[in-house]
Amino acid sequence: MKQTTLLKVASQNIVKNKMRTLLTMLGIVIGVGAVIVMVAVGNGAQTMIQKQISSLGTNLIIVMPGSGQIGGASQGAGTFNKLTVDDADKLKRDATLLSGVSPVVSTRAQVIGGKGNWRTMINGVSTDYLTIRDWSVSTGALFTDADVKSGRKVAVIGATVAANLFPDEDPVGAQIQIGHVPFQVIGVLAAKGQNAGGQDQDDVIIMPSTTAQNRLSGNIRLGQILASATDANDINAAQEEIKGLMRESHKLSVDGAEDDFTVRNQTEIAAAATSTTKVMSGLLAAIASISLLVGGIGIMNIMLVSVTERTREIGIRMAIGARGSDVLTQFLVESVAMSVLGGVIGLLVGYAGAALLGHLTGWTTATPVSAVAIAVGFSAAVGVFFGYYPARKAAALNPIQALRYE
Amino acid sequence: MSNTQPVIDISGVKKVYAMGANKVYALRGVDLTVAPGEMIAVMGSSGSGKSTLMNILGCLDVPTEGTYSLDGIKVNGMSKNQLADLRNQKLGFVFQGFNLLARTSAIDNVELPLLYDRSGRKLDTKAMAVEALTRVGLGDRMDHQPSELSGGQQQRVAIARALVTQPRLLLADEPTGNLDSRMTVEVMALFQELNDQGITIVLVTHEPDVAQYAKRIVEVRDGHIRRDHPVLNRKRAEEDLKALIAAHVGEEEMPATEGAEAA
Ligand SMILES: Nc1ncnc2c1ncn2[C@@H]1O[C@H](COP(=O)(O)OP(=O)(O)O)[C@@H](O)[C@H]1O
Ligand SMILES: [Mg+2]
Repeated sequence: MKQTTLLKVASQNIVKNKMRTLLTMLGIVIGVGAVIVMVAVGNGAQTMIQKQISSLGTNLIIVMPGSGQIGGASQGAGTFNKLTVDDADKLKRDATLLSGVSPVVSTRAQVIGGKGNWRTMINGVSTDYLTIRDWSVSTGALFTDADVKSGRKVAVIGATVAANLFPDEDPVGAQIQIGHVPFQVIGVLAAKGQNAGGQDQDDVIIMPSTTAQNRLSGNIRLGQILASATDANDINAAQEEIKGLMRESHKLSVDGAEDDFTVRNQTEIAAAATSTTKVMSGLLAAIASISLLVGGIGIMNIMLVSVTERTREIGIRMAIGARGSDVLTQFLVESVAMSVLGGVIGLLVGYAGAALLGHLTGWTTATPVSAVAIAVGFSAAVGVFFGYYPARKAAALNPIQALRYE
Repeated sequence: MSNTQPVIDISGVKKVYAMGANKVYALRGVDLTVAPGEMIAVMGSSGSGKSTLMNILGCLDVPTEGTYSLDGIKVNGMSKNQLADLRNQKLGFVFQGFNLLARTSAIDNVELPLLYDRSGRKLDTKAMAVEALTRVGLGDRMDHQPSELSGGQQQRVAIARALVTQPRLLLADEPTGNLDSRMTVEVMALFQELNDQGITIVLVTHEPDVAQYAKRIVEVRDGHIRRDHPVLNRKRAEEDLKALIAAHVGEEEMPATEGAEAA
């Protein structure tokens, strides 16, 4: 039989039983809809990770105080912070796989200057910081190595700080007070936007690490050390190298003593941040597979009913020359047509659902074009898988008995 | 294709149905030869094996024993698919209960066998269906569904469906069993007309009147052919129809569908 004829026959039979078809398709609609939402959420999370990774920096490796498996119990309160500028200096001097190393001294302080008063995050860093974070200065310049050495009171302010303190003038060259210490603004950072957590990364001031330690935090301990691996493929090796150098620096004997620091790379950090969407995706995947299964069973059920109802028709078709394979194809086309129709409706429902979920939760959801292929593919597969048994049953009927069927 | 080669040639055909432990001997050794252009009525009481014979002749079933040649082709040992193709190419079926597809127009019903044609021929299936329907006198009812047609008209659609593939043999198992006398005569007139045009017909009936329209009567009893004789004073359904119409003149017109659905 020609394809067009088969499709015509299938569509006629589907249209003849509108309500039944609609109810049968419901499972597929929900299943495919859930698959689409799942893909949209997963896809959105993926783009979010990508964004987050690139906003963190280039091949970023972070050294943090305290031992600790990621999320492990040993990151306890009793762990002392032992990160110092000496550690950063040693990494800078001895590491072979790193292109940049910067200590980060973090504190918060009140800033006065220009039009007003602003409380913000202060990061004391080295000159490598901007390269590591893949960041740049939009006006003015960054401080120099000499400034770091001498602990000069200069600051490069973030775009948000600049906008709040100097709404209509160039901040470069202006004097500001940070925690009552006078500083000169020598540059403004390029706007970077929000990070994945929704924090404004431009609400910050960076200055030489020495200045921050001596004038503001008064603490020789560092919040963290940022480093950048030379090659993206060497991140793991670079992490190992850092661990080795840190243990040397902290004089931890080769045997036994636990690390008193933690080294993590950007991928690990980003992955942790997306665990929520992963749980959601998993939940949707479960709903999707159960719905597709139930939908498939529904289709099998209705197709079995249909085969029984149309036993005589099958007998007639066989008597006038239909082969078993013709009957099989006819019923298979019918179940696939039904499930694919459900899949297409599910696709639309999924699109709407993803948009709604994104609206309600604020998650990034992105429905890729490939979702169409996924919807059609999944539903067609369900149609074939669950339609095969009834179709086989129809094809195996004995024409004489089928013709005699009341 | 020689004219002398029989359309049907069966010999020693037996059919045994296993019903659990005991066996039903539906056919106990049947020999039958049907030449092209014949019109045969198979008669016999209920359960004598007529339908079993027709099913075997129609390649819907295979004999337990014996040989069958259809139009010179040996049917024994053929696969299911080969049998399906043979039914499609060589045979036309007419059933007692019409067996049209419900909710499907007359034209689509008639076109159906052509859609299963596997010969590779290029067929104008629509045109052929129109021609077949016109031939049975239903050129003006092509888009009607079976439920909108009288029993006689439905049976004529079924005959058109059997004809549309230009089969070598038309098999009809009690084609008038569900029809009233007027429609019976109508349908038999059509069979005779088709037979006159050269189509070989085998039909089952247990009405002696109907059998008189055939050229030859084969009587089956207990799975055997007991009598096989030519019809001496063959009736012409055409003339009987005229007589019926004449008798009805002046009487109230009877609705054409009456009696068709009840049977
Ligand atoms: N599928 C079957 N299984 C078992 N017995 C059958 C089957 N078909 C027919 N028979 C038996 O074979 C005999 C002949 O049946 P059938 O050919 O239908 O008779 P007819 O058509 O002359 O009335 C009957 O006894 C019937 O019960
Ligand atoms: Mg019978």
